[in-house]
Amino acid sequence: MSSISKYFSGLFTGIKSLLVGMSVTWKELWTKKVTQQYPENRDTLVISDRFRAELTMPHDENNEHACTACGICEMNCPNGTITVNFKMVETEDGKKKKVLDTYKWDLGMCTFCNLCVLTCPSDAIKFENTFENAVFTRDKLKQQLNHEGSKMREKKKVERPAAPVAKAPVVSEVKVETPAAEVKPAVVDTEVKAVVPEVEVKPTVVDAEVKVELPIEEAVKADKEIEAESKDETTEK
Amino acid sequence: MQEPLEISNLTTWLDTTLRGIMPSMWVILIECVLVGVALLAAYAVIALILIYAERKITAFFQARYGPNRVGKYGILQSVADMIKILLKEIVKINRVDRFLFFAAPFFMIVASMLTFGAIPFGKGLHAVDFNIGVLYVTAVSSLGIIGVLLAGWSSNNKYSMIGAMRSGAQFVSYELSAGFALMTIVVLAGTMQFSTMIEGQRYCWNLFNGHISSMIAFVLYLISGHAETNRGPFDIPEAESELTAGYHTEYSGLQFGFYYLAEYLNMFIIASIATTVFLGGYMPIQVHGWEGFNQVMTFIPTYVWFFGKTAVLIFLSLWVRWSFPRLRIDQLLNLEWKYLLPINLVNIVVMVIIVLSGLTLTDLFPSLF
Repeated sequence: MSSISKYFSGLFTGIKSLLVGMSVTWKELWTKKVTQQYPENRDTLVISDRFRAELTMPHDENNEHACTACGICEMNCPNGTITVNFKMVETEDGKKKKVLDTYKWDLGMCTFCNLCVLTCPSDAIKFENTFENAVFTRDKLKQQLNHEGSKMREKKKVERPAAPVAKAPVVSEVKVETPAAEVKPAVVDTEVKAVVPEVEVKPTVVDAEVKVELPIEEAVKADKEIEAESKDETTEK
Repeated sequence: MQEPLEISNLTTWLDTTLRGIMPSMWVILIECVLVGVALLAAYAVIALILIYAERKITAFFQARYGPNRVGKYGILQSVADMIKILLKEIVKINRVDRFLFFAAPFFMIVASMLTFGAIPFGKGLHAVDFNIGVLYVTAVSSLGIIGVLLAGWSSNNKYSMIGAMRSGAQFVSYELSAGFALMTIVVLAGTMQFSTMIEGQRYCWNLFNGHISSMIAFVLYLISGHAETNRGPFDIPEAESELTAGYHTEYSGLQFGFYYLAEYLNMFIIASIATTVFLGGYMPIQVHGWEGFNQVMTFIPTYVWFFGKTAVLIFLSLWVRWSFPRLRIDQLLNLEWKYLLPINLVNIVVMVIIVLSGLTLTDLFPSLF
């Protein structure tokens, strides 16, 4: 292509592309405005469900929450935003148990990293998308998440037909502490028999709820609960 | 003057009353002061309106609402901004050339004010009607570049310096094209006086009268005028991503306000000169033989026509500004020296041929135009 024709073709393609560009912006001029007029649009405002604005502890209709006061959230919080205050209570059968007293969360310190929610073993807390958190004094940012007079939801008993044999050694490995005196091998059925006597006895911990005079299903259930709770404790350590 | 809405009715009445009660020397003195005050007030008010309009239109081009909190639809936003800028501190910069640093904004604002004074806003709303109006406007509007260069030089700051140098290169280049485009129309109109030029466009705007050549001159004038205002794709002198704010980096408070005002007013001045020269200025749309239509059109005051036409051109300038990306300095100078200037030179010759051989629309169809 000669330089002269190049010059003129360049000129005209240039003009054409400028006109195309202007037609694009002309169309853009009449598009719907994307600005969200915030205080006015509160009724129709859509905030993503995953938006993390406020930590909450869901309570059901019986004013019960799922928090076991294990304190994992408190330990995982990078800013020390969470304080779990618990008290030890004694159950009817004479066992000591951690019960949540107050669950404190300081919004002003929180970075909304979600680590507390991710690590909670009982799914007791979650982040809500209620974002209008501005207050006039810093004290109002410190919140108590558990409601007044609430208590922990009792775990539903999991139904399981029979204890599998393979499961048995695992129980012993975890070194479940059950009071040795209460375990009577004679009562327990043969399948569990191999297991229970091997259990290492540590009299210090008495959390287990094993009732010795039980039919086989009950006993296995009890084992499972022991397993679950001891897992909590090991993580704590 | 039959039109009841014209401001010239008011000015004529004022003039006759004053002449009735005092000697004519005093009348002229008082009228000069009044005209000066009116022009200054118009200058400030137009700048405020332009800033608001620019922000709104910019927002619409970007699918936003723009200012909408201060007053209804945000109309008081630029008033609030003005108050803020008036109250701001003028920061003293160490190691600047103090005299030039303080003088530079005045060059800028005086140049744009001088041009502003020569614009015909309406019938009888024309402060000075020079017989060399076009030449005068071209001459004084190019004084503004001294303010820019001085600001960049005296700021003792590399960004200001680079910005000013770029601005100088750009302004000198594009002033040439703008001047040639205006000269093309001077050839067509046969006069440099704005009032005669407008009167000559009563039935046919210069834009249509010289058809091909006028259209090209119009586009060339808009492009080079736009480049002179340092806006839009030609904003390399104040390209904020490379030069912070270019030549006015070191300015603050009212001094910055001067540059800001002058920038907006230059946009208005370019648009209003284009209106006057190409689009018939304040002249209403008139058609030969349609007496009723002409009557209705004349009823709309001339200043409304002027500001309406100017507003369309300002919108065009904003449209261009938000459509195209910034040019590099070599591209910018390429556009001027390799494209606009040769086209302009050829165009002016074409226009001379059109006029001499009687090919303008008024010559071809004397009954229509």
